[in-house]
Amino acid sequence: MPYWAPWVLLALVALLSIVHLAVPSTRAWVWKVLAGLGVAMIAGLLYLGLVWAPQEAFMSDVGRILYIHVPYVWACMLAFTVNVGAAIAYLFKKSWVTDAIAEASAEVGVYFGAIGVLQGSIWARPTWGVWWDWDPRLIATTVMLLSYVGYLTFRSFTEDAERRATWSAAAGILGYVSLPIVWFSVRWWNSLHQVQSNASTLDKPMRVVLTWGEATFFAFLFVFIYLRYRIARSRQTSALELPPIDAPTGATAS
Amino acid sequence: MTAPIRTPPGLLRSTWLVLRKDWLIEWRTRARLTALIFFALSTLLLFSFAMGPDITMLRVHAPGYLWLAILFASTLSLGESFRVESENQAMVGLVLAPVEPRAIFLGKVAGNTSLLFGLSLVLLPVSVALYDVDLSRNFGMLLLVLLLGCIGISAPGTVYSAISSNARARDVMLPLLLFPVLVPMLLAAVSATKFALVADPQQQLSSWVKLLTAFDLIYLSVGFLLFPRVVEED
Repeated sequence: MPYWAPWVLLALVALLSIVHLAVPSTRAWVWKVLAGLGVAMIAGLLYLGLVWAPQEAFMSDVGRILYIHVPYVWACMLAFTVNVGAAIAYLFKKSWVTDAIAEASAEVGVYFGAIGVLQGSIWARPTWGVWWDWDPRLIATTVMLLSYVGYLTFRSFTEDAERRATWSAAAGILGYVSLPIVWFSVRWWNSLHQVQSNASTLDKPMRVVLTWGEATFFAFLFVFIYLRYRIARSRQTSALELPPIDAPTGATAS
Repeated sequence: MTAPIRTPPGLLRSTWLVLRKDWLIEWRTRARLTALIFFALSTLLLFSFAMGPDITMLRVHAPGYLWLAILFASTLSLGESFRVESENQAMVGLVLAPVEPRAIFLGKVAGNTSLLFGLSLVLLPVSVALYDVDLSRNFGMLLLVLLLGCIGISAPGTVYSAISSNARARDVMLPLLLFPVLVPMLLAAVSATKFALVADPQQQLSSWVKLLTAFDLIYLSVGFLLFPRVVEED
């Protein structure tokens, strides 16, 4: 496989996402293309990650979790960044669209983050011999998840739509601000741990597969957020709009 | 002869007025402080029961118990500080007075900080009795750490408490939102307290105090910016 192929896929995913956002008339079908592309890329990722990529030197086959674990956690962080962007935009513009985006991205982010932590735990068992370790990244990610689970719970516990939007925007911003501080303090608190591996410590074929995985799950991230956003929007319309004026009275009363 | 136009008081003056109002409410009943003290005391006692009577172990873990007791008590204090405002729509009156929302934020933070700091001063002699800690080693630093930690709980706590005071199940919502954010503050405060109580060969105390100060400043400024948005809906 040519080494540039995953980058093309990543660019394609980004391009389709931008088209979706920029050209409203394409919104009916672009997400379907992205979803189809994502499914096809998962098939490719299974082959590339499980067969094509070389074994990791120290962890052997266990290290192959890298290709889905890292993209999942990155997708989670990207979703939370979208969330805080939407929260700030809501406080300035007071538009229901940004509130729906905030709700959608937080929920999708919690999904990606929870699965990511679960994968990390499965990886930790054969590698470190334990399911859980006081590793800074593990704790920081878990605290981040807890904070967004709190955010989502708060949303579902507040009745008034307008107050919910404002208050959860404030809660989202406060939670996001805490992420770097949590990360920094936990690392400082437990400074005995291994040096982290990053893209530059990876062999080239591994990096290629990792990029492929990122393209795959970013496509799904976009599709999930879009679909969840549509649900949030239709909930908003049903909650905010008055029933049609010609509707029979009996139907609205029931 | 026209009446002189009264200029609204400045930010610091209104902050002081909000703080004094809260202190006055507190002083007239003294219910909140009493409840806080006894809640925190029983928490400290329960920690000793849960861990067993091994005094060396209790002494080592004393900073953690102390801060957890303050943290648990803080949810009572923070929740109560906005519950009094929801009675008779007092918050609306306060905003319409008009008190600048940022002054309400600063006043509430100061009120909660003073209450928690008072509580921690009560807990110090108790932890000497229960856990046999040595306060005399670096008492000034210990007081500073306690004060910074109480600000660190109050600054984000005031915003979250204002947010959650009108939600359903608000008593659950406040800790659910607040505790994840307070993780850095708890780590820094417990470590700093530990190094103020026992020997600090590697001079780690000052770096934890710096982290605590940075946490306080970040949340004071974010809360200062966000709070007007939070209360304008009322």
